Amino acid sequence: MKKKRYTVIFLILAAAVSALLWASVCIGSVNIPFSQVLAVLRGGTEAEVSADIVLQIRLPRALAAAILGGGLALSGYLLQTFFHNPIAGPFILGISSGAKLMVALVMVFFLERALRVSSLVLILAAFAGAMISMSFVLLMSKVLNHMSTLIVSGVMIGYICTAITDFVVTFADDSDIVNLHNWSQGSFSGISWSNVAVMAVVIFAASALVFFMSKPISAYQLGEAYAQNMGLNIRLFRALLVLLSSLLSACVTAFAGPVSFVGIAVPQIVKNLFGTARPILMIPASFLGGAVFCLFCDLLARTLLSPAELSISTVTAVFGAPVVIAILLRSKKEGG
Amino acid sequence: MEEFCFYTKGMTVGYGGTPLIREIELKVRRGEILTLIGPNGAGKTTILKSIIRQLSLIGGAAYLDGKDMKTFSGNELARRLSVVLTERVKPELMTCRDVVAAGRYPYTGRFGVLSEEDNRIVRESMDLVHIRELEDRDFSRTSDGQKQRVMLARALCQQPEILVLDEPTSFLDIRYKLEFLSVIQKMSREKHLSVVMSLHELDLAERISDQVACVREDRIDRFGPPEEIFSGNYISELYGMTSGSYDGRTGSLELEKTPGEPEIFVIAGCGAGTPLFRRLQREGVPFAAGILWENDLDYPAARALAAGLVSEKPYHPFSGEAVSQAKRLIDSCRQVVCAPGLEMMEGGLAGGLRELVRYARSQGKFSGKS
Repeated sequence: MKKKRYTVIFLILAAAVSALLWASVCIGSVNIPFSQVLAVLRGGTEAEVSADIVLQIRLPRALAAAILGGGLALSGYLLQTFFHNPIAGPFILGISSGAKLMVALVMVFFLERALRVSSLVLILAAFAGAMISMSFVLLMSKVLNHMSTLIVSGVMIGYICTAITDFVVTFADDSDIVNLHNWSQGSFSGISWSNVAVMAVVIFAASALVFFMSKPISAYQLGEAYAQNMGLNIRLFRALLVLLSSLLSACVTAFAGPVSFVGIAVPQIVKNLFGTARPILMIPASFLGGAVFCLFCDLLARTLLSPAELSISTVTAVFGAPVVIAILLRSKKEGG
Repeated sequence: MEEFCFYTKGMTVGYGGTPLIREIELKVRRGEILTLIGPNGAGKTTILKSIIRQLSLIGGAAYLDGKDMKTFSGNELARRLSVVLTERVKPELMTCRDVVAAGRYPYTGRFGVLSEEDNRIVRESMDLVHIRELEDRDFSRTSDGQKQRVMLARALCQQPEILVLDEPTSFLDIRYKLEFLSVIQKMSREKHLSVVMSLHELDLAERISDQVACVREDRIDRFGPPEEIFSGNYISELYGMTSGSYDGRTGSLELEKTPGEPEIFVIAGCGAGTPLFRRLQREGVPFAAGILWENDLDYPAARALAAGLVSEKPYHPFSGEAVSQAKRLIDSCRQVVCAPGLEMMEGGLAGGLRELVRYARSQGKFSGKS
């Protein structure tokens, strides 16, 4: 009975991902009909312009939105698990902003010396930044064990990092600013195939590791003491959770800048959709849900004010923030 | 030490390397229940946390099945020892069944998928603590009593040899306290499960424990069967009681006695006087009571609360000395009351009581009610 429900939801999510991928490739400032996209993908290059648009711009962008969205949602899921806090997420805890700051510093440094920045360097920089923010949050969490104060301190860290990033971006050379500015607001634009390849490797590998951790995560849901009694190595487990969640959100930030609310909202929506919090279901479902959410939001960001583009966070906030409010209201009602 | 399934040798525990309780020697046989008692903050929880390896030992060692517990891997220990802790768990969207099934963790494979056998054990554990009907209920929507039983089922599901519980009855009302401890007793008897727990309720500790360990200051002050621990004045001493009293035989507590010369004399007996004593204590009226046999139900409360007491050795007729002592007390009191039902007391040995009633009437001090 329940299994049937889970299967149906998974099928719907998978169908939504593929439908949105198609839509993202077809819809844009130039609409390309479905049949033509098919022809391009088959290799029949009738119209070179549309072939370029499909292969060089839209397809990598759509794939990036799907992969990064999945990674972000999963990162949020891990943080929520780690802090036993339903409104934890990489953006709100300042982890994305820490990653953003380091990436901006590295980019400015490289651009000023007219060097090309490889994706890998960017990811490493983002990971370093994410870990710095994360360590701050962890230090805070030792002192502040109340869920809301922890979140507020995370938001503050985010503000500090954003302020420094803005400072750095403002003082960078003019020609770089436009590019950096777009990125620091969060956007899936300008993603190349080589970017897609790198992010796919990193995010899929990290996600696979997370999936293999679904059993310990399920033990951790009952709290640390019980998890330990069930034979879980808490130190190792906590370290892995921190590393993986930071890596996932760092990778996203390196390519798309900070993207808000996906990390909080998607795992929550998915949990309620399934009516369970079993990690073995939640991990793949959060990933798919994040992909759907980001593909959908990116499509809106591109098309609403076409040819102008909204930053992705603007759109994700519109859909994500109400979810957070709903969670807060509900936890209040349950006396949490 | 072969006969003990769990024991400690010179175990010293504490936080951050600072010893709190030293040289702990505890021993539990298979199927026995060991209870830790002692004042708040004495370190009962610290001892339990150290036993379950949540805190590392500062000195000495704990042995399970004759092996130093340090040598067990996490999984090996989890198959032998399970816990019910005081911290409240708040899992999201987990049914009670999910929570119980979490106890199968040490036995399942890489992805924690439950086998038929696992499912059978989950059902069995739920039946043992009578929570089958909660199976599909969201854990966060259950009462404290139900939650605690779910956590017990989870611990049983882990199929341990030894169960460690930290104040398991604290949040439970009296019915669930009894029910919970009955399940524990049943488990220890039928499944030969050894139990180590801390309890606040001394009366319950006395009734359920095979062994009691008293934690006091930096040591285990006493260790032995409850009949040794709960006799005499030891409990008041252990808890450093300065106001009120605890009666070792009945396990009942009384507040502090009202000091002063007795104003009211209570003719008491058969336990009917105790409610009157307590009412007078609440109203702050010093009183005298008598004549009580030392084995009367009213005797412990009278000893704890009465400013003056006339008593007689068990099964002896009231001596003339006792009767005249009671009369002297009646003379100094302004009023005499008789516990309900005693006035018409029949029986040869109650003659003294009837005499006191007559005497009080003749003095015009007798009133049926206080």
